[in-house]
Amino acid sequence: MIEISPPSKKSEKNFTTRLESVDEFDRVETVGEMFVDRPKVSCLGVSVHYGDKQALFNINLDLGRNEVLALIGPSGCGKTTFLRCINRMNDTIEGCRVDGEIKIEGAEINHSDADVVSLRSKVGMVFQKPNPFPKSIFDNIAYGPRIHGLSGPKNELDDIVETALKRAGLWEEVSDRLHTPATGLSGGQQQRLCIARAIAVNPEVILMDEPCSALDPIATARIEELIDDLREKFTIAIVTHSMHQAARVSQRTAYFHMGHLVEVGVTDQMFTNPRQRLTEDYITGRFG
Amino acid sequence: MTIYLLAAILLVSLSGFYIGKNRASALVVGARIQSLPQYHGLRIALWCGLPALFLLGLWVVLEPFVIQSLVRNSLPPEFFNLSGDEAILAMMEISNLSQGIVGTQSGLPYAEEAASLLISMNQLSDYAMIVVVSVVSLSALVVAQSKVTADFPALESVEKAFNVFIFLSSAVAVLTTVAIVLSLLFESFKFFEQVPLHEFLFGLKWNPQIAIRADQGASTGAFGAVPVFSGTLLIAFVAILVAGPIGLASAVYFAEYANPRVRDVAKPMLELLAGIPTVVYGFFAALTVAPLVRELGLSLGLAVEARSALAAGIVMGIMIIPFISSLADDVITAVPQSLREGSYAMGATQSETIKYVIFPAALPGIVGAFLLAISRAIGETMIVAMAAGLNANLTANPLENVTTVTVQIVVALIGDQEFDDPKTLSAFALGLILFFMTLILNVFALMIVKRYREQYE
Repeated sequence: MIEISPPSKKSEKNFTTRLESVDEFDRVETVGEMFVDRPKVSCLGVSVHYGDKQALFNINLDLGRNEVLALIGPSGCGKTTFLRCINRMNDTIEGCRVDGEIKIEGAEINHSDADVVSLRSKVGMVFQKPNPFPKSIFDNIAYGPRIHGLSGPKNELDDIVETALKRAGLWEEVSDRLHTPATGLSGGQQQRLCIARAIAVNPEVILMDEPCSALDPIATARIEELIDDLREKFTIAIVTHSMHQAARVSQRTAYFHMGHLVEVGVTDQMFTNPRQRLTEDYITGRFG
Repeated sequence: MTIYLLAAILLVSLSGFYIGKNRASALVVGARIQSLPQYHGLRIALWCGLPALFLLGLWVVLEPFVIQSLVRNSLPPEFFNLSGDEAILAMMEISNLSQGIVGTQSGLPYAEEAASLLISMNQLSDYAMIVVVSVVSLSALVVAQSKVTADFPALESVEKAFNVFIFLSSAVAVLTTVAIVLSLLFESFKFFEQVPLHEFLFGLKWNPQIAIRADQGASTGAFGAVPVFSGTLLIAFVAILVAGPIGLASAVYFAEYANPRVRDVAKPMLELLAGIPTVVYGFFAALTVAPLVRELGLSLGLAVEARSALAAGIVMGIMIIPFISSLADDVITAVPQSLREGSYAMGATQSETIKYVIFPAALPGIVGAFLLAISRAIGETMIVAMAAGLNANLTANPLENVTTVTVQIVVALIGDQEFDDPKTLSAFALGLILFFMTLILNVFALMIVKRYREQYE
């Protein structure tokens, strides 16, 4: 199902000595399978500055088709910053500069001429805290289709809303109260609503920024199942602090440390046999 | 006399503070002390000051009554044969004599004697006051400082005193409100004894002038408040039409678009509008805006009166812009950033985000801001007194001259006042209704704003 590239030409240049300490970061090069064949999203040499402070250093990382890529690492390591490069949400932060090449289906998006509106209709995002708009459930889902002019007549919009809610596994729970305020839903339902809202515009990529950190274990399990189902249609990148979650939902995992991408690998292999000392320390809980 | 005594009490308190502090400090050496030295000092200062001050206040308030009744009782029986007014005059004469004011001699034989009694009693009272207050203050000092020991909980006494103090402060504010409402109510009742309530509330004619002679025109006043209230609402409506869009748009600009440097300079300037005295707005309305509106109207072929609801409303609108802008800015800024991000992430532009996400989220707060601004517009006096008219005119045409509740209250209470005349008393009835109107608006606005706040906390 997943197409992980065999160590390709690109990844042969990988740095192979084990990084022993943070001091060696100046010379860091990513280890592992950061590139895939026919990537959905490909990032080359991405660096991010917040004012004078550099937050990401020369990141090379692909998102494969129909795969879930987990981004892990200690707080402040740049995983969220990286995620927000892909839909250019960093634009909204004053003083933030993103350098490097980010391509979706081969088209450069990290460029001032690139159309942010259409980019964001292709790349949906789910946030850490459920953030339903203070509108009805229906209007929340219909928000994207409406602003992108995707819906023609009224019943078409009804279909879009129903499909999105069904895909997000929320339809059964809310079909009889579509016009009640979305803020009245439980936290887990709100987060699934946000996922439904994101998929209602038919994106190609979905970015999830710790989508379960505000949820209880049962709601988390439902979202994880959902992520697995969504993989059939979408490319997903998920930031998570839970090693177990990364292991359960993702096919590949990328480990960030202090703005550097330290290691990328097939998830199972990464958790059983990490190649970098830093990765091993993090996933075995020695720090972070 | 009282001033010196006050100073003396303060001096005793101050020395009490230092005595207590020093004694407590001396205790600390080596041992653990229950309360910090300054609390011991404060406790003694409070004991020296508060009871003495209370006694002093009581004395000053009660002294005249007690002395007067004593003097009265010393007067010969013929005084008690006088009628009420004459008795008051006699007492005033005695009091004048005691202060050395001579002139209106009515030849009461006992006045001189009573006046000298009054003088001696006043002196006696002063001496007694000095002695009593000093004794209280000093003995408090002695008793209180004897209690300075390592385990004495001085902190708790000070805490209690502080609690009482803040309770009394808020009680003063609340009781003042109650007193204002009661005074309005009682005067209004006097008015409604003369003018029936239904006539006041539903009458369509307002003409408070009552003829002095029966043969003058408009021999009876008319007290139908409808035209007065309709004028008020008309002007408030015009004001909201002006202030609503401008205030809201500037709030959106400051909250969402302006860069921080522009915001830091421009926002205080806008808020300065709220600090301009309303009488200055009045000049502006009467001298600049009203003629402008009139000329503009005439050039369009409209008959605009020299004092129009439109001119007053426009200026009042300018006055309340900062209320709307500042409150709406607060509620828009309070909309969580996560909602903005959610909307941008869906591919919405900034203006779409504002229209479809931020406004709906901030709507209750914005409505609250509008209601507060309306209640402010309804209560505003100076602008309308200068730029709107005096004649009650039942119309919905903003080009005509109308009057407002506040203007009529001013008119009723300017010049000669007779507090048994419905013209004067009508001010209180108008004030009462106005008070209830703005009260209801405020309560509504605060309820809405509060509910909105709860939504995000």
